[in-house]
Amino acid sequence: MKCRKCLDKAVLSIPRHNTALCGPCLTEYAQIQVERAIGREKMCTKENKILVAVSGGKDSLALWDILLKLGYYVDGLYVNLGIGQYSVRSRQKVEAFAELRNAMLFTKDAANDEGIGIRELADLVRRPTCAACGCIKRYQFNRVAVDQNYDVLATGHNLDDEAARLMGNVLRWNQEFLEKQGPVLPASMEGFAKKIKPLYRLTEREIAAYCVVNGIDYIVEDCPMATGSRLLVYKEALDVIEQASPGSKQSFYWGFLVQQGAKAQLDHQSMSDRDIAILHPCEECGQPTSAAMCSYCKLMAKAQIHQKVS
Amino acid sequence: MKIHLSQPDRTLELQGPKQVKAILKNLDIIPATVLVIRDGGLLTEDEMVRDVDSIEIRSVISGGI
Repeated sequence: MKCRKCLDKAVLSIPRHNTALCGPCLTEYAQIQVERAIGREKMCTKENKILVAVSGGKDSLALWDILLKLGYYVDGLYVNLGIGQYSVRSRQKVEAFAELRNAMLFTKDAANDEGIGIRELADLVRRPTCAACGCIKRYQFNRVAVDQNYDVLATGHNLDDEAARLMGNVLRWNQEFLEKQGPVLPASMEGFAKKIKPLYRLTEREIAAYCVVNGIDYIVEDCPMATGSRLLVYKEALDVIEQASPGSKQSFYWGFLVQQGAKAQLDHQSMSDRDIAILHPCEECGQPTSAAMCSYCKLMAKAQIHQKVS
Repeated sequence: MKIHLSQPDRTLELQGPKQVKAILKNLDIIPATVLVIRDGGLLTEDEMVRDVDSIEIRSVISGGI
């Protein structure tokens, strides 16, 4: 198979674009898609300070690599969730990546801060591990970005992640989550960092191939807590559809974004207006919440009560 | 040929030579969910894998966000 751009030997076929690319052209393609995402969605500029949330996996490390290569001011944030040897290995990957590129890395030990790992915490409060993990990560990412004065928080969510999540939200007609499923969330009020997803135009496979071609050493094994997650079920279903009809995932998610953009223009209130109307500072930590206490502080309070009882 | 698969980690053997496309079909794997790697380089679906080769079929699907 030959590269459609330069006729050199291809390393990856991309059925949704009816093309195949060699290593250098794949690298260029990934960078163009990220630049296009940033430009079209007005995510950030080269004058902004970006904090990228990194897990040691392919998506976040590829994103950090691409943003650095494109000349953005970007530092990394790793949150250690205390998932045994998986966290040890993922942290090593992140630290090695940062050291090799002489890039700035913040490390937040969520497990140590709260004196308990994510698995034990989820068990204590009787919540699914992924729900507790998501709550802690969202809190820590936002908190560090705001405290350290970053303009933007970037995450490595890709086209497969967003299409699968959209499928889940559509199956449940979850209007609240649907509204916030775009690749940009504004810093609608004090205490919120602007959040962006610059990889939303690239698939997991394209990103993994980018890592292999560019020698990015990422943690290949999936998080042991993700086994049986509903998101994986949606991804499997979408992969079957994509196999039969290449481009379906892209049409599904990008089409949703077009509809969402048209709807936003007709809305009298913007997402920021709605946030300002319903959110106020958490009585414990000061981060914006619609309740008296934010979900992170509620989680930690429950864990403390359980620990004291036991 | 030796085939190393991830998620879960396991190794198996198949008789070669075979095209990557045929190997994936044989193992009931959707091509868009994996990368096929030989000696650190990516293989496209039309490439041949010899009986003496070792390849890695690496899952690209992650479940946690």
